[in-house]
Amino acid sequence: MTFVKTSKLPPIATLGPLIALLLAVGFFATQSDRFLSVQNFSLILQQVMVVGTIAIGQTLIILTAGIDLSCGMVMALGGIVMTKLAVVSGMNAYLAIVCGLLACMAFGLLNGLLVTRIKLPPFIVTLGTMNIAFALTQLYSGAQTITDLPPAMTFFGNTASIGSAAFNYGTVFMLLMYGFMWWGLRDTQPGRHVYAVGNNPEATRLTGIATDRVLLGVYVLAGAFYGIAALLSVARTGVGDPNAGQTENLDAITAVVLGGTSLFGGRGIILGSLLGAVIVGVFRNGLTLMGVPSVYQVLITGVLVILAVATDQLSRKGAR
Amino acid sequence: MNTIPLVMEARGLVKRYGQVIALDGADFELRAGEILAVIGDNGAGKSSLIKALSGATIPDEGEIKLDGQVIHFKSPADARREGIETVYQDLAVAPAMTIAENLFLGREIIRSGFVAKLLRIIDKNKMLEESVARMNELKVGIRSMTQPVETLSGGQRQCVAVARAAAFARHVVILDEPTAALGVKEGNMVLELIRRVRDKGLPVILISHNMPHVFEIADRIHIARLGKRCCVVNPKTISMSDTVAVMTGAKRPDELPVECLA
Repeated sequence: MTFVKTSKLPPIATLGPLIALLLAVGFFATQSDRFLSVQNFSLILQQVMVVGTIAIGQTLIILTAGIDLSCGMVMALGGIVMTKLAVVSGMNAYLAIVCGLLACMAFGLLNGLLVTRIKLPPFIVTLGTMNIAFALTQLYSGAQTITDLPPAMTFFGNTASIGSAAFNYGTVFMLLMYGFMWWGLRDTQPGRHVYAVGNNPEATRLTGIATDRVLLGVYVLAGAFYGIAALLSVARTGVGDPNAGQTENLDAITAVVLGGTSLFGGRGIILGSLLGAVIVGVFRNGLTLMGVPSVYQVLITGVLVILAVATDQLSRKGAR
Repeated sequence: MNTIPLVMEARGLVKRYGQVIALDGADFELRAGEILAVIGDNGAGKSSLIKALSGATIPDEGEIKLDGQVIHFKSPADARREGIETVYQDLAVAPAMTIAENLFLGREIIRSGFVAKLLRIIDKNKMLEESVARMNELKVGIRSMTQPVETLSGGQRQCVAVARAAAFARHVVILDEPTAALGVKEGNMVLELIRRVRDKGLPVILISHNMPHVFEIADRIHIARLGKRCCVVNPKTISMSDTVAVMTGAKRPDELPVECLA
């Protein structure tokens, strides 16, 4: 009995995001002569750090065949918790940051418990917690922006320059997190179990893996990444903004799907999400340079996410 | 024949689901080195029996012995710890993961060293080597252990699932309808593998609806009926039609010629 090697997934699933990025870059280069410059690209990378960091958590959840609609709102809550505690309540800045992180992880835990214990679909759970997090953010902040942040909270917004390219620490930190998670998902036992749960939860459970614990861990870890994203967002804008996270919410999901991670779970590479986040950033930046009003940018992001999901669906069909 | 030691034994198993009595004092005996087919009509209690043996359900009454020791499984994980591996009906693999990863799913080999243990870093090379060795031992020819399982045919996937069970079982391999949903050629490929698992010395419990397959491969056939063990027959001396007659209740076991019983 010989096992014959058959064709793998169609290359579109892996090369798609890269082609999309090159096409977008090519298009915007013809539309604006400011687009193709080192300064502009370092600007795009800076703009990407928040969405990119949320997308790490989102990727983990989508790999388990879930989805997190609450990501941006949870991040906003984390940002308000850390800035208000530090500025208004006078808490030590580092302790306040930890509290913001814990608030996001608590939401992750809530999402995870509802998904694993009560077996609610992640879509509904996170649709609910999205609204809860948004309301809590507004209530706790009194809908007021929090300013005069301590330097510890704006550290990641600082930049280091190499020639004309400026990198902020937050972007470098995001890239390090991507590197670590890429390795972790590929080379560690918990990482492989994330894929297994997304691939075939029942078969995974029957091999003795505690699938509920894997799922719960994923949601809490995703919450931690939203908390880090909150810190990066606060650092980038220099304020605690109760209305943060509203574009990032869908942008992060778009980034993950554009990056080739299947919404059906178990397939995808986290570095694709970084690429997806850069694609979203390139679109936003390019459209802004072209002078396209932001409402059209929202429209185009919507089209992008549908295109990406359709590609995923069609390539799956081809593989069967 | 009766001097062959019993690997697994159950006496008087009872399992009730509300008003429904799924097992009504069922007995069970698995001998060393045999393929024992378990057949029965729908509702005869064969899947309840298998669930009890594999730890998926806890019987209300009765006892199960493994190598003469009374055991109490509370979960499939308990049974697995005792060296009983079960392959469930739906192809129990993670399709996008590689063959090697599927073989070691839930039992990944962790690299040595403190940091590796702390971060639970898997040893891919060792897993690959071990996979090749174990598949060779069962004569499952695979060109590449790093190809995703979804690139395999249904029969090949089932072979991976059976090989995984055989590679890790120390006492018993339980196969639930392993050839259902497979074509003739693919089914034969899996039957071949099951035979090799037995020849390796592992007793196999095979649940199947496919009479030709049962008669081709089983050493003995356990017929479940009305929550009990109706009888155990010898496929070499009984006809397929008599077997079906006993299974459906058209014939009583005492109407069978003595040499048919095993």
